[in-house]
Amino acid sequence: MRALQILVDGFAISTLYALGAIGFSLIFGVSGVLNLAHGGIMVAAAVAAWYIAGPLGAGQYVGALLGVGVGVVFAFATYGLVVRPIQRSRAIPDDETEIFVLTATLLWGIMIQEAIAYFFTDSPITVRPLINGVVDIFGVRTPANEILTAAICWVSIGLLWLLVNRTRAGKTLLAASINPRALTLLGFELSSVYLLVWAIYGVLAAIAGVLLAMFLGTSSNNIGVLTASAFSIVVLGGLGSVSGSLIAAYIIGYLETVTAYLISPTLRTIPSLLLLVLVVYLRPQGLFGRR
Amino acid sequence: MRIVFALVVLLVMASLPFWVSAYILAVLTVAYYFGVFAMAWDLLFGFAGEVNFGPTFLIGLGAYTAGLLDNHGVPVWLDVIAGALAAVIGGLVLALPALRLRGPYFGLITLVAVLVLQQVIVIFAGVTGGEIGLTINDVLSVDPGHNYWLALVFLMVSGVILYSLSRSAAGLILQACGQDAIEAQALGFNVAKHKLAAFAVSALFSGLAGAMLVFYLGTASVDTVVDISVGVQIIIAAVLGGRRTIVGAAIGAVFLIVAGEILRPLGQLNTFVVSAIALAVILFFPDGLVGYLLRRGERA
Repeated sequence: MRALQILVDGFAISTLYALGAIGFSLIFGVSGVLNLAHGGIMVAAAVAAWYIAGPLGAGQYVGALLGVGVGVVFAFATYGLVVRPIQRSRAIPDDETEIFVLTATLLWGIMIQEAIAYFFTDSPITVRPLINGVVDIFGVRTPANEILTAAICWVSIGLLWLLVNRTRAGKTLLAASINPRALTLLGFELSSVYLLVWAIYGVLAAIAGVLLAMFLGTSSNNIGVLTASAFSIVVLGGLGSVSGSLIAAYIIGYLETVTAYLISPTLRTIPSLLLLVLVVYLRPQGLFGRR
Repeated sequence: MRIVFALVVLLVMASLPFWVSAYILAVLTVAYYFGVFAMAWDLLFGFAGEVNFGPTFLIGLGAYTAGLLDNHGVPVWLDVIAGALAAVIGGLVLALPALRLRGPYFGLITLVAVLVLQQVIVIFAGVTGGEIGLTINDVLSVDPGHNYWLALVFLMVSGVILYSLSRSAAGLILQACGQDAIEAQALGFNVAKHKLAAFAVSALFSGLAGAMLVFYLGTASVDTVVDISVGVQIIIAAVLGGRRTIVGAAIGAVFLIVAGEILRPLGQLNTFVVSAIALAVILFFPDGLVGYLLRRGERA
């Protein structure tokens, strides 16, 4: 009974983690950027969905859709205002671009967090579920929205897979992650590839943010933790490996759920942190990473 | 000319307790300890090339070791030394992965180290005071002026030691290890030894400053010495002032703390404004304030 409960709840939370982390991994794979404002984009989308659906009274469907839109806008802003100026700056030496992007996106995330706390709220919010009702899965009473959440996540991941593997734009993306210089030599504009990948990233992170806010609730204070969890999942799976992130998300998600149910909810994150340290020590490239 | 200018600034700083309020002294005292944190971080990042996202792991170790020992009746001076030692041990443990990992991987380990320390403090709340913090009965001094001078002297001594270290032969080798470890090794330098030493020195000063800070504040809490946001502030201070300058890190820290205090009337928005200023400096003056001045000086 309890095992089944863990199985069901763990599945939903892991799927959400996966969706959040995949975009993060994609950006790193294609453009080498670790976006530490990741949590900020997720929460911005969630707060927008909550505000439009609740206080503005537009209903949960419009709210969720516009929330995703806001997330995409924030993703573009992150790229246009923070990442791109650093990449193009001549005053920053090439080998230090990485630390500058890390520091700048971290600052940008703090700015998003403070702005949300000031203009909207810093108390926890919950976005209204898209559908109501409870479904009985072998005796485990599961909210229908939890099932819908997992379904939306998997459909999004499936669409991403199709996009990357079956369309021309997607293949360009894949090529950019393998050898950007060769792609430029073949006459492709790298900056339009980057725009595409940030758009995809924005959609994925925003969907994850809105759904997470329906499932667990969220608040501007969660931004740092959300970024850290995406970062750990991506490193555990191997930087730049999308399928690795997917598997790592399930490992972390289930490890946390099992700890929370069987040991204590306060220790929730400890085993996954220790696992992460262990893996990084023994296998720095992550479980499925390429070096 | 430069020396005269530096001496005048130093004299003005030393004379502050005679003519400014205790409130300003209190702000500056904290700012000076932050200056030491930032300088210690700059030694690791600017010179050894290691992105340490967890300076507060070392600071927190020093602070909590000192605080816990004090609560068991150990005299203050011994607490501070023990805190520094604990931080050095922590620094060496942290340095082990740094010898194998590069860039983001090492950064993540340091981030995780902070999270683990934070969780341990919260879980053992019975001993550590948990989220509320640890109350410390002893103080360094009750006089704000004395506390200020102590912090100032500590900042100056640390600054001189760290600066001369960074300009010494060992500092140059360290810089070479940070920029191209393989080439440095090919030239016959022991990269591992120099990096370990850099970690030990950085941890020593972080731990000392952390331990002294809790005796000044009278409390050790997760929010003031361990939380990631404190570490972020230290990193911002060092980058803002100018990395690879040591002095710049201290100036950046004092600037950041004072700016945060001046902007306090903005209420919740003050963190937003400080972050925005820091972001603007990073985007437009990536060398930081001191780096920018130094480069202009060279051109003139």
